[in-house]
Amino acid sequence: MAERAFHVARLPGFATTAIIVFVALYLPIFTLVAYSFNASTSLAVWGGFSLDWYAKAWDNQQVKDATIRSLIIASFAAAISTTVATMAALGTTRRRAFKGQTLIYVAINQPLMVPEIVTAVALMIVFGLIKVWLTSIGMGGLTTGLGYLILAHSAFCIPFAYLPIRARLEGMDLTLETAAADLYASPWQTFRRVTLPLLAPGMIAGAMLAFVISLDDVVITEFVKSGGQDTLPTYMLGQMRRQLTPEINAVSTMLLGLTVVLLTAFFLLTRKKT
Amino acid sequence: MSAAEERIVRQSTRNAWLLSLPALIVLIAAASGPLLIVLVYSFLTPGQHGNVVWEFSTGGWVGILWSQDIFTQEWVLADAHLTIFWRSLWLSLLTTVFTFVVGFPTAWFIATRPLKERALWLFLITIPFWTNLLIRTYAINEVLRKEGLMNTVLMGTGITDTPIEVLYTQTAIFIGMTYVYLPLMVLPLFAAIDRFDMRLLEAGYDLYASRMQVLRRVILPIVKPGIIAGSILVFVPSLGAYVTPRVLGGGKQMMIGNFIELQFLQGKNWPLGAALSMLLLVIVMAALLVYVRYANKGSSTHG
Repeated sequence: MAERAFHVARLPGFATTAIIVFVALYLPIFTLVAYSFNASTSLAVWGGFSLDWYAKAWDNQQVKDATIRSLIIASFAAAISTTVATMAALGTTRRRAFKGQTLIYVAINQPLMVPEIVTAVALMIVFGLIKVWLTSIGMGGLTTGLGYLILAHSAFCIPFAYLPIRARLEGMDLTLETAAADLYASPWQTFRRVTLPLLAPGMIAGAMLAFVISLDDVVITEFVKSGGQDTLPTYMLGQMRRQLTPEINAVSTMLLGLTVVLLTAFFLLTRKKT
Repeated sequence: MSAAEERIVRQSTRNAWLLSLPALIVLIAAASGPLLIVLVYSFLTPGQHGNVVWEFSTGGWVGILWSQDIFTQEWVLADAHLTIFWRSLWLSLLTTVFTFVVGFPTAWFIATRPLKERALWLFLITIPFWTNLLIRTYAINEVLRKEGLMNTVLMGTGITDTPIEVLYTQTAIFIGMTYVYLPLMVLPLFAAIDRFDMRLLEAGYDLYASRMQVLRRVILPIVKPGIIAGSILVFVPSLGAYVTPRVLGGGKQMMIGNFIELQFLQGKNWPLGAALSMLLLVIVMAALLVYVRYANKGSSTHG
């Protein structure tokens, strides 16, 4: 039966197209990774295997600074967005429909809908105004710093953190919390000892997704950053205007590796138990 | 409803808002709120060295389509702007159609795999979706460049003698956008096909339908909500693309996103940039409204 159903579902050329698509999807990435191990300075000629470009990237102070900056921003953005998204998820799930619920959903998902370039321009204008105002009241010291980037990143990470947390909450068994309340646990104790441990995998998944999204951002960072505040992606974007060397490939490969590790962990965490 | 029940409901609503408040504050401060300022800026007068002068003007909006001749002070249709809008629209549509053409067989292939394999194939589609857009665009740049993989293969096999220069053309942007946005087409298509009852195919074939007829009359109408969802999910980011045209178009082949940037950096016409941003936002929102309408329809007919 299953054998026959499978045959019926087969359409001519579909499997071939799909295989070509998968190859086309991965071939450019594999090429990029392969050339990061190229001994030659050219991106065209293969000069043998070497780790020189990794050593070079490692010694590059700009790359080092940008990496540290990226990690700091992503950590803060992930922590902030996960915290507020957890609260929002607790507020918007597992209760009967309430006034303004749709409004909250729209607000939370708004960063997914608005084109990044529009948000980027908007933040550049607003942060610019704030910086002028701060200088005028003699607080010019607050016009630099990573706070602006962290705030911007936290905002667009919220929908990504919210999604897995909400999914986890909706799948959770309410009776456990009712049981805790029956056993004279205070609401706080119930939350702390029952809800939070059950919710933890969703929160970790949300935080990882937020971390990856923050780490990858180019457009908003490019417009919000002040001079000398390059993150790894904006540094790479800047380099792409100049002479391309396999050093960018090495940096890309490292960033790619980190993303894949985080994503694999994310999928293992959120995988439905069968 | 008794008074006690009513009180519980009211308290529940209040708690919901209180818990959502921190997220809303962050979003209003750094996502929704700033958009209003852009709207205000679109009605101001451009400053001499960028920025704005706080005087009302509709120049930003008029400037989208018309520009003033420096000598005759005459308003003429801005051809350069129209070229950019047309290019953005055309490339986005082309990307949408092509991602569908190759994405549909891919989604079908995944959905018809044995259950055990399916998660792996889906994971393979998802990985590129979550990896850095800049890195993926750069990877395409490397494939397309003069001495890149594509030309090496083409010249190695003797298909061409001279390298084909695709990089920094519209074709390069099209290839790049298709590459980076393909997962956005495959995933909703897969979701729709996954719900598709394969027994309908048997019914179709039993009634002497050809494969083409089954595809056109049975499969496509049923998975239509997935097609619309995928198309909009690809079209919307394509229209607002910034990184891909910048890296693959090399500054010569601008799209709306790059044109907006230009107004804020070299162009020094912030109100025009703000008006363009608002225009882009409105188009995107309109497309998403269509999406929401169809998405709701799809879920109500398919349970």
